[in-house]
Amino acid sequence: MARHTFRVWRGDANGGQLSDYEVEVNEGEVVLDVLHRLQATQTPDLAVRWNCKAGKCGSCSMEINGKPKLACMTRMSTFADGETVTVTPLRTFPVIRDLVTDVSFNFQKLREMPAFAPPPGLKPGEYRMQQVDVERSQEFRKCIECFLCQNVCHVIRDHEENKPAFSGPRLFIRAAELDMHPLDARTDRKEFAKEEQGLGYCNITKCCTEVCPEHIKITDNAIIPMKERVVDNRYDPLVWLGRKIFRRDQMPGYLGGPTQERLPVSEIVADRAGANSPYGDDITFPLPTESLTYEHTKED
Amino acid sequence: MTTTSAEPAAARPALGRRAAISAKHLRTDRWWVEPVYTVVGLSAWLIWGLVHTLLIRDYYFIEGPGYHYLTPFFSPCVNVECPPDSALLGRWAPSWVLPYAILSLPLLLLFRLTCYYYRRAYYRSYWLSPPACAVPDGHAKYTGETRFPLIMQNLHRYAFYAAVLVSIINTIDAVRSFWGTEGFGFGLGNILLVGNVVLLWAYTISCHSCRHIVGGRLKHFSRHPVRYRAWTFISRLNTRHKELAWITLGTLALVDIYILAIAAGWFSDPRFFN
Ligand code: SF4
Ligand code: SF4
Ligand code: FES
Ligand code: FES
Repeated sequence: MARHTFRVWRGDANGGQLSDYEVEVNEGEVVLDVLHRLQATQTPDLAVRWNCKAGKCGSCSMEINGKPKLACMTRMSTFADGETVTVTPLRTFPVIRDLVTDVSFNFQKLREMPAFAPPPGLKPGEYRMQQVDVERSQEFRKCIECFLCQNVCHVIRDHEENKPAFSGPRLFIRAAELDMHPLDARTDRKEFAKEEQGLGYCNITKCCTEVCPEHIKITDNAIIPMKERVVDNRYDPLVWLGRKIFRRDQMPGYLGGPTQERLPVSEIVADRAGANSPYGDDITFPLPTESLTYEHTKED
Repeated sequence: MTTTSAEPAAARPALGRRAAISAKHLRTDRWWVEPVYTVVGLSAWLIWGLVHTLLIRDYYFIEGPGYHYLTPFFSPCVNVECPPDSALLGRWAPSWVLPYAILSLPLLLLFRLTCYYYRRAYYRSYWLSPPACAVPDGHAKYTGETRFPLIMQNLHRYAFYAAVLVSIINTIDAVRSFWGTEGFGFGLGNILLVGNVVLLWAYTISCHSCRHIVGGRLKHFSRHPVRYRAWTFISRLNTRHKELAWITLGTLALVDIYILAIAAGWFSDPRFFN
């Protein structure tokens, strides 16, 4: 059993500070266990978001000694005996309270993306693909939406003003997943990645890859291939000339990004009890089909 | 709360304030080691390259019955001042045109400057954007590669095509150096030249643009089995692209210094055959 000083950020949108706690740590424990011990003993009002304790739900993202990490996967044995452990909320997103941040930015960006679109006429149940063809997309399905990559990305971490123009690495892997998908029929995903997602803001410094707990090769397998696909599409001299002649919004298949107001998905600011849906709680059923980004196959 | 407003996300004030953490970053590890090594390594290499290409001496070694080595820094030697048998593509550049390898060096520089790995390296360590993960960007404004000049990084692919041509020239150089006026023979210099060329090819082929052109751009691998296999092979090399980038800087400098040393007569080239 070892003793550690835990320096935890306490506060909300109006301000806060780092508070020190002396806490004992047992063998095999992770940072989240220690935070739970703090809740149980010294500070019952400490806010921390978690669910699975197994590195699979992506809820417990925070910054531990300045590094974006999952609290449930950060072993206490990785710290030296008696080392002070500083735990702060994700910096890039608005804080709600203590270690809990409002990550709805990411859901907003996700909602703006056109969904998977199989070729017209192909009904669910008729999808057939070869394993080699879906392999690349499958790597990106490992994403647990912890948003550590979004948080570490300096494009928005250090430049809040880039948020409207930049979707971030988690959405770039989504873009790559769909663009590489053997059954996705949209042809404008490269254009969307460049124009609406702000792929060009990424300077491939690879911090997203460095922090991804699922070890997705975000930069090498998604961002760089997408950049190369944009080059095919965009910087190829012939295509470029074509675009000078025809205006972009007249090009077939071009989509303007939907701009919708962002929803707070957090319980604390919600006007009702219970969790909100990231898609909004004021949705009436059946859903108005015009506002959906899904495309349903039609019966012929 | 409504979803129908057309107001963009950023315009909404909401609770949207970040945690007020006064420290610029809270990393406790030695995150500055990597940028420091990168600056030292790349700067040293560039200074050495500049010095030797402008010094114009001891770049061609010839001995005995026509055994010769030409350093990659001067290949192809196209200046009228180049020794005649070193010139692969003729000698036509006026003597004031520097460097002597005016055809290849600018292209190789462009290739490495726009390389995805080197971009990462110098954006981080020279431009501090960001110096390390979760350490703040050293600049107040940031537009990434969306504008001129950095948007030109997207032309890396064309630099890759050029680099393939230069690698072919380097390969011819390495092969030619096995033959003197009286036939085949080789020494330590040959082994170094061949090793260098092999690694240069590995670096060039592991390029992300190459990976894309060869197979990455396909949607259906199953319809292109040969390209899929090539892509798989390149993908494997590609995971080592960073290492290859550094190793080839090392071998280029090693070969260059070795040829300089034997041409300047500091020691002699051990010959193993003829
Ligand atoms: S590689 Fe690009 S997307 Fe990933 S963290 Fe760096 S700038 Fe952001
Ligand atoms: S890509 Fe990795 S770091 Fe980013 S949200 Fe998904 S799992 Fe988390
Ligand atoms: S609690 Fe689920 S990832 Fe940590
Ligand atoms: S040479 Fe490094 S990515 Fe092309």
